[in-house]
Amino acid sequence: MLRVFLRGANTKAQKCLYGRAHPTNLQHHRHYTSGESSGAAKVVAVGLVTLGSSIGGTVLYAKWDPKFRTAVEKNIPYSDWLLGMALGPNPYSPVTAHKKQVELSQPPSMMTEESRSSKIKKEKNIKEEPSVSTASETTSAPVYSAQSIEESSAEASHIISAISEVPSVPAPHDTEAAVLTEECKECHHHGDTPVPAMVEAVDSMTEGPLKERPAEEVTARLAQQEQEDQDILASVSASLEESLASSAKTTLQAIGAQEAALQAIGSHTHKLKEAMEAEVPPDQKSAQWRDLETALAERRSTVNDAGAALLKARDALDSLRSVIDKAKESKVAAVQPLVLAAEENLHSMVVDLDQAVTKVQSAESEAKIVSQYTELVNEAKRQFQKELSSLTPEIQANWKGLNDLNALIAHAHRRIDQLNRELAEQRVREQVHIEAALEQQKLEDQKALDKAVHTATQHSKEEARLEQERKLSELREVMEAEMRTQLRRQAAAHTDHLRDILKVQEQELRSEAEQVLNSKMLEQETHYRQLTQEQLDNFTLDMNAAYARLKGMEEAIDSHVIAEEEARKAHQLWLSVEALSYTLKTAGSDLPTKPLESAVQAIQDSCCNNEFALALASALPEESLRRGVYSEASLRSRFNSLRSMVRRVALIDESHNSLYQYFLSYLQAALLFEEKQAMPPTQLTNEDLDPFKLLSYASYCLEHEDLELAAKFVNQLRGEARRVVQDWLTEARLTLETRQVVTLLSAYANAVGLGTTQAP
Amino acid sequence: MSEKELGKKWDRCLADCAVKVGAGLGLGVVFSVVFFKRHTWPISFGLGTGLGMAYSNCQNDLRSHYLLHRSMKVGWTKQQ
Repeated sequence: MLRVFLRGANTKAQKCLYGRAHPTNLQHHRHYTSGESSGAAKVVAVGLVTLGSSIGGTVLYAKWDPKFRTAVEKNIPYSDWLLGMALGPNPYSPVTAHKKQVELSQPPSMMTEESRSSKIKKEKNIKEEPSVSTASETTSAPVYSAQSIEESSAEASHIISAISEVPSVPAPHDTEAAVLTEECKECHHHGDTPVPAMVEAVDSMTEGPLKERPAEEVTARLAQQEQEDQDILASVSASLEESLASSAKTTLQAIGAQEAALQAIGSHTHKLKEAMEAEVPPDQKSAQWRDLETALAERRSTVNDAGAALLKARDALDSLRSVIDKAKESKVAAVQPLVLAAEENLHSMVVDLDQAVTKVQSAESEAKIVSQYTELVNEAKRQFQKELSSLTPEIQANWKGLNDLNALIAHAHRRIDQLNRELAEQRVREQVHIEAALEQQKLEDQKALDKAVHTATQHSKEEARLEQERKLSELREVMEAEMRTQLRRQAAAHTDHLRDILKVQEQELRSEAEQVLNSKMLEQETHYRQLTQEQLDNFTLDMNAAYARLKGMEEAIDSHVIAEEEARKAHQLWLSVEALSYTLKTAGSDLPTKPLESAVQAIQDSCCNNEFALALASALPEESLRRGVYSEASLRSRFNSLRSMVRRVALIDESHNSLYQYFLSYLQAALLFEEKQAMPPTQLTNEDLDPFKLLSYASYCLEHEDLELAAKFVNQLRGEARRVVQDWLTEARLTLETRQVVTLLSAYANAVGLGTTQAP
Repeated sequence: MSEKELGKKWDRCLADCAVKVGAGLGLGVVFSVVFFKRHTWPISFGLGTGLGMAYSNCQNDLRSHYLLHRSMKVGWTKQQ
């Protein structure tokens, strides 16, 4: 009924709820359905419009501001695709540049791809060919040799090209980096990966000159070169010396010859002058004239000799010059000072020679003047002679007549007049003559000057050149010295560095060696320790074994002792328990047993260290200890007397305890007959709890010596009956308890005894 | 011995009954003789009273175990 009611309530509640909700829901739905056509469409339309406008606004702003575009692309997933479709690729985005970098940094791996190279080749051909080819040729070598550098530089240039927006300008003959940037710019334009080393360039290019030669080869080559230089130097110096010596000899000879010629010319001139001016006696004059002739002959010979010697000297000097030139051509540096010295010597020789020659020439010109003077004088003399002879043809040698002398004087006077007239004429024509002579002299002077200037300039040029060369050599020496010092410094630094490195290496090696040593030592130590430990262990093991055996023996003996002790104790316990159980038997009829106290005391004494027994001994109820317990027989007899009492008060309990009830109960007891002893069933039912039945069961049990069960049955009595049997029950309990404890004790004692008894 | 208690109670009861009845009888007799002119009713009354008192006493005595005194609190066991 409650369920039905609940169901009804539920249904009602539900109906109520639904009834209330349904109309509202329907209303709502109706409201929605009615307004859907207008409101929803409006909402949808508005939403679409806002979305479109927002997207369009974003696109427009991205078009205007690339940074905003990158931000949008970064933050919103597919926006970059959309913006790319709408606006084209992002020129400002670092992502694309990075991609290009990644692309462009792949050239080293693609160097051998022919298709790409051919494409690039075509492109390069389309572009400016010669510059690119030459540049590529120049690049291919360093590229091919140092790829890592090229890679890094290519990367750097690619980065630069990618970031910058410089239009590609092919530089014709530029440095390597510029060429690479040019190529990168090309590829940036064409969007292809560049191939710096073209296949043709690669094929044509030999690797020889740029491959680093090994050190031994270098030293060998250096040694060889040195040897060659030394040889060349030796040969050159020898040749130079030779030619220098020969030219010096010849030059000296020539100079000597010139000097001799000069001397001769001087002496000849002097003699001529003397001969002309000095009035000497005729025989001496002929001697003088002979001397003069000899002097002239001598002069001629010496002049010839001088000329020959000069020629020889000039030849020698030319040869020396040629040798010097040849020596100059050789690249050995040590030759230069020799060459320079030789040149200086040559120059000085040439100068001396020229000086001597000029001296000779001046002497010759002087001699010429003197000879001209002498010729003139001779001419005049001859003229005079001729006149004289014409005047006085007969007189040849005799000048003794006076007429002849007067004629001669007159002739002489006439001649003097003539000469005076001539002199006057001459004086008149002096100026013209002087001018002409001056002109001539000027010309000659000019020529001489030119020649002198020319020679002087040559000499000065030569000197300047020599000076320059000297300065050059000095500078070179200075430079060499400086370089030597720098090299020395570098060598010093290198040695320092080497020293440091060596020190470090030494440290490292030392530490390594120490480590190795330590490890070896450790190994040895551990091995040794292991051995000793093993020995110790073995010894300890043996000792332990012996000790253990000893211990075992001792323990066995002890345990024997203990076991015997235990056995004794168990025996004692058993005895005491037996005594206890015997005391239990001393119960007379209706008299309790002796008090168990002494026996228990005995037990407690005998098992002072046995907790179980002690516990059991202490578990004995006080009453039994003090007073003893009743035997079962007494209890039985008592029960029999109790039984009638219980029968009589069977109806009395808490609620039924009036006298009338007593009367009824007594009546019932008188009238009711039950079995004296009824076998109790295995399971009690409610009907079995009737006191009469219980009594019969208990009696049966008692008859069959089952005090416990009888007590249990008696325990089921209720009310007054129970009160009546209370004492009996307690007594029965006591007895049972005591008996239980005693049996436990005896069992325990038995067990202990069994346990401690040793099998023979 | 709890089984002897009932016997004791009965003894007391009987004794008390005898006393009471006797006393009642006596008193009844006395009263009947003295006050009530030898009617028998005081005797019977006295007897009855005596019986009744004895009955009541006996009942109380027999019941005494089951009665909880007012001063006893619930849960306490009456110590005997």
